[in-house]
Amino acid sequence: MTEPIIDVHDLRREFTVRSPAGRLRRTRTVVPAVDGLTFALETGSATGYIGANGAGKSTTIKMLTGILVPTSGTVRTCELDPVRRRKVLARRIGVVFGQRTQLWWDLPLRESFRTLAAIHRLEDRAWQARRDELVDRLDLGTFLDTPVRQLSLGQRIRGEIAAALLHSPRLLILDEPTIGLDVLSKERLRVFLSEQRDLHGTTLLLTTHDMDDVQRLTERIIVVDHGRMAYDGTLPGLAARVGAERVMVLDLVDPVASLEGVPGTRVVAVESDGLRHRLAFGPEQTTAGAILEAVGTRGQVRDLTIEEPDIEDVVRRLYRAHSYHDHQQQARRS
Amino acid sequence: MGERTRAYRVLVGSRLRSQLAYRRSFAMDLLGSGAIGLLEFAEVYVIFANIDVLGELDFAAAALLFALANIGFSLADTVIGHVDQLPTYLRQGTLDAFLLRPLPVLAQLVTSDVSLRRLGRTALAGAILVVSLLMNDIDWTAAHVALLVIAVLSGTAIFAALFVCAAAVQFWLVEGAEFANAFTYGGAYAAQYPASIFSVPMRVLFTFVVPSAFTAYLPVLVLLDLEGPAGLPQWLGWCTPLAAVGIWAVALGGWRAGLRHYTGAGS
Ligand SMILES: Nc1ncnc2c1ncn2[C@@H]1O[C@H](COP(=O)(O)OP(=O)(O)OP(=O)(O)O)[C@@H](O)[C@H]1O
Ligand SMILES: [Mg+2]
Repeated sequence: MTEPIIDVHDLRREFTVRSPAGRLRRTRTVVPAVDGLTFALETGSATGYIGANGAGKSTTIKMLTGILVPTSGTVRTCELDPVRRRKVLARRIGVVFGQRTQLWWDLPLRESFRTLAAIHRLEDRAWQARRDELVDRLDLGTFLDTPVRQLSLGQRIRGEIAAALLHSPRLLILDEPTIGLDVLSKERLRVFLSEQRDLHGTTLLLTTHDMDDVQRLTERIIVVDHGRMAYDGTLPGLAARVGAERVMVLDLVDPVASLEGVPGTRVVAVESDGLRHRLAFGPEQTTAGAILEAVGTRGQVRDLTIEEPDIEDVVRRLYRAHSYHDHQQQARRS
Repeated sequence: MGERTRAYRVLVGSRLRSQLAYRRSFAMDLLGSGAIGLLEFAEVYVIFANIDVLGELDFAAAALLFALANIGFSLADTVIGHVDQLPTYLRQGTLDAFLLRPLPVLAQLVTSDVSLRRLGRTALAGAILVVSLLMNDIDWTAAHVALLVIAVLSGTAIFAALFVCAAAVQFWLVEGAEFANAFTYGGAYAAQYPASIFSVPMRVLFTFVVPSAFTAYLPVLVLLDLEGPAGLPQWLGWCTPLAAVGIWAVALGGWRAGLRHYTGAGS
């Protein structure tokens, strides 16, 4: 049994915020940014780390990478204590903060790569081959000699990701990598990341507000809410948890007035004068097969598709359920 | 060794290239920095136009004092002067980027910039040094030559340490630039004047707390064989390396504590 690549136990981080109150007095408020998280990520896995603004995602990542010390609890990343073994850890992980640059503003990417190779003490032949691979896969060739400050956001992010991967880290941590990118750039980035995973077995942890990222790139999601774990599991599992419904779209050969009364379903819409019907069903109530069988007795089905629940809606529902739960707990405490 | 320093050489090399890229504006900056030094030297000149001797020093001695203090300060300022911009590094997340690389944070901060234009002041101070060495009556023994070299090196090291202290303080006082300047620019200013003209508390402050008297005044006492004021015997002039080691110990301790405060281990 190998140790998980990230192992977090009862992790907490508080910030003390001082704000002026009146002329001389200052109030001190303690903000629990991360509040008792426990989880472990296996080597080679891909995990989406989700949460609203201020939920504590970046703070968690800073503790995983040795930038911040936890207030309490334990963190191990790549079998190391991130703060005490910061420099060793830096060779094993790659980190990208979408909103901040880690490149040198006045240097072109080509120079940045050379500098990073020297910093990581990489063998000339090895890093140059790696660079060529990254330049090719991320399509950096046309702006390799342009100073970073003149790059577009999408170009810069691709450069950042290449820079974070130059030393072939085992673990890649991305904090909002797709923020501000257009649909096409996002898509290209996703293709690149899953390709890296297949090729090099890189473990992936990413935070994002874009549910398509999660759906396309990860097999597990962790949802945090006010620094606490709100959900940890698969995406379909999350839909089931909040009781999100899937929708079966049925195209019939001959029009039928209504499919009201199929057990475990709810009619969402009847379209095309009764040729197309939309039935919503919860995962616990019935199965797609049972619905099909029931519909078959009332008309001939020509075609069908199943629409998965909208993830953003699912997360919203989860948040609502979670904060309701919180309020109850707080009410009990006070 | 070569392999170890390669990263820093590449880092500094890229900084140098980006500064020399615009030759015209670089030359202007260089002249500007020299001109500011010249203005400060004019201040010393004006003082001695009115009085012959100030704190046991005549104009030639004062010029030597000015030269030594300014060479040390401007060299330190060139190499490391940017570290007191720490709040900018914090705001832009550059310090976080340093923490994600396998090198010491302070070493990365120091090598993240070089201000070659500040060498304008070094050049001016160097010229004044040559002239003042000729103007003064110095007994050129081997020991005195060694002392001069040691004074320049230790003086640079002392001012560099003061910059690191100024940076460390700003981990706590994000708005503390003014306070931090008191260490560095204040120390440099005090170093240009004979410590004997200060009141005793100030003399103690600028010798044993902020050791700027070691960068120029005390070595000048030895070179010119002058007696020091009360509390500052001449032999202290031989102790500049000790002062440099002492202030570096304080600076590194302060830096470590500051970084721990930033990552949240300290408080
Ligand atoms: N250095 C700091 N000082 C004080 N409070 C902080 C600091 N960093 C974060 N916080 C607070 O901690 C909480 C969590 O912030 P964090 O940046 O981790 O959220 P996030 O999930 O990354 O949000 P976003 O989606 O907006 O990036 C917020 O309430 C934030 O205000
Ligand atoms: Mg964030």
